[in-house]
Amino acid sequence: MALLEVKDLRVHFETEDGVVQALDGISYSVEAGQVLGIVGESGSGKSVSSLTVMGLTRAKNARISGEVLFDGKDLLKASEPEMRALRGDDVAMIFQDPLSSLHPFYRIGDQLVEAVRAHRDMPKAKALDRAVEVLGQVGIPEPRRRVDAYPHEFSGGMRQRVMIAMALINDPKLLIADEPTTALDVTVQAQILELIDRLRQEFDTAIVMITHDLGVVAEVTDDIAVMYAGRIVEYADTESIFAAPEHPYTWGLLKSIPRLDLPRDEPLVPIQGRPPSLILKPPGCSFHPRCPYVRDAHKRIDPQLAPTAEGVNGGRHKVACLLPPQSRRQLWTELVAGATPEDAKERVAVPEEAVDQEAVDPTAVDQEAAR
Amino acid sequence: MSTNGAKGNHLIEVRDLVKHFPLTKGILFRKQVGAVQAVDGVSFDVIEGETLGLVGESGCGKSTTARLLTRLLEPTSGSINYKGQEIARLSRNDLKPLRRDMQMIFQDPYSSLNPRKTVGSIIGEPFVIHEVESDAGKRKKRVQELMDIVGLNPEHYNRFPHEFSGGQRQRIGVARAIALKPKLIVADEPVSALDVSIQAQVINLLEELQDELGLTIIFIAHDLSIVRHVCDRIAVMYLGKIVELADADALFAHPRHPYTGALLSAVPIPDPRLAKGRNRQVLGGDVPSPTNPPPACRFHTRCSKAKDGVCNVEEPLLEHKDGGNLAACHFPLTDQEIARRVPTAAA
Repeated sequence: MALLEVKDLRVHFETEDGVVQALDGISYSVEAGQVLGIVGESGSGKSVSSLTVMGLTRAKNARISGEVLFDGKDLLKASEPEMRALRGDDVAMIFQDPLSSLHPFYRIGDQLVEAVRAHRDMPKAKALDRAVEVLGQVGIPEPRRRVDAYPHEFSGGMRQRVMIAMALINDPKLLIADEPTTALDVTVQAQILELIDRLRQEFDTAIVMITHDLGVVAEVTDDIAVMYAGRIVEYADTESIFAAPEHPYTWGLLKSIPRLDLPRDEPLVPIQGRPPSLILKPPGCSFHPRCPYVRDAHKRIDPQLAPTAEGVNGGRHKVACLLPPQSRRQLWTELVAGATPEDAKERVAVPEEAVDQEAVDPTAVDQEAAR
Repeated sequence: MSTNGAKGNHLIEVRDLVKHFPLTKGILFRKQVGAVQAVDGVSFDVIEGETLGLVGESGCGKSTTARLLTRLLEPTSGSINYKGQEIARLSRNDLKPLRRDMQMIFQDPYSSLNPRKTVGSIIGEPFVIHEVESDAGKRKKRVQELMDIVGLNPEHYNRFPHEFSGGQRQRIGVARAIALKPKLIVADEPVSALDVSIQAQVINLLEELQDELGLTIIFIAHDLSIVRHVCDRIAVMYLGKIVELADADALFAHPRHPYTGALLSAVPIPDPRLAKGRNRQVLGGDVPSPTNPPPACRFHTRCSKAKDGVCNVEEPLLEHKDGGNLAACHFPLTDQEIARRVPTAAA
């Protein structure tokens, strides 16, 4: 059984402007020792998904449905005290901004000791020993001396290490890292990524890593979920996402970043337009207003996440796209060869009413027919 | 001294530029107790029409260098020669005509636009300040042309910054920067705050504008993949000094300074197969404090090739190394070392 299993999770927020559909039915699972990457732009719902797992989106105006099974227990049904006992103990989180996540008034050591004693009945001196041990593990030099320092005495990279130490201090089974390296320099980022990889190997921690940087996830993840407008639009093992992506949005992401291993003059192909409002989502496929390969049918039919035709890796590669599988593969081949989306579109014939039946929800079709 | 073998017309020549921010103690009787040596003797040329990249970790002095060039800061010493005119010591008034020629684009599109002004008045302000277009009607027309050039809808003239997304706000910043047809644009991390899919839009826009308007761009960024894509020449900074300066192709094919090598080695590659196959060199530790930088070669405390008695005693000069790169290092990287560590090494 998977350590964390998220099933059909929906999170809607009622606001004055309307209902924000932050998450619209996402499912994924993570096993012990596995790293899952969740990739998406700002506003795609990637952070809301992890905050909900931690029980941090419980607000008056939030409507949450679905299941979040951690070790078989549904966290959405857990009471607030139960959640508090779990947070920082079995489930820990690293936030993006290490500057604002540490309390400026208290010594690093005090903050770490508090994290231990909130969950364990342990004498202060012993908890401090544990704090020193973990600081050493995350690569802080002279931890015995540095526990007495205040956060402002640490650099950005060191503070992020302290945050990681705090997350690890109670040996969590699941670690959620929300953009753990975004605020850091590349050199420090490399150090932190190495550390995260070591954790998984040494402690068998399950890790969910949220980021917008495809380079970061390529190095440490086993599986990747690509999110767009509150849904997972593509899910596959890391190799497939990079070698044989099937969703036009994933193609767009891969083509819009300059890469060190490709020729310097390779043009960047941005994704046109911008992410949709989560209050008024486009009908049909949410990506259709920005998709270069859109067909009329795609503006009506809402695609479901379905296994791709070629069941590589036991059908684990899933995609929510209405383009016929054949056309998808041809389009990607053209793009890899250096074609712009416009060229690719001309060279690959996509029938006007073409729809990948796998991605069509049968009940939705019945409803449309009835109308 | 031809500092960097730069070919073409020099728009700017910088020599021994220094900026120290004093650290003072006491309230009534202030005395200086030290200085943050943000920029400590950099020399380089900027060629007309090129894009020069400035890269390095936070705190290396790249933004300070840019602010000195545009004279938003007063240099402690050194010279900045802009088209034959020495500008390092000019007064505020004498600088005003220069400000037309040099414009900046800032990192944070959320805080670099006045939230209480309409987009039209933000982009139109340069025309007012420099008394270029006093007629409001004509000004509006010119602003709308600018909005059209940078890909904003001219009908949104009366909207406020908060009604735009991050990428669109950065376009507003670009429109404001090119309003007076400047010669030089200093872009300080212009895309770091944007989503990946939007970054490419803004970079492509800058490249188009450079072609059309013949702009010279100084591009500051910490993302090396973007710098490589955008820049013609790149200067790598470490603790207030330029440690390596080379053409973009040369820098990425054969970096000579161990610090450049470490930076390139740290860049994540969006390809799992390549990423797993490479021998990453992770640079340990942090950048030392610029108030008390290490003596001689400032990188020797973190350098794998540093030799005691040499690197901590004698300061290396920025000199030509194999392949034409200028590097300040006693023991530059060899081709074998580069092949092992750097993903972009020439095969």
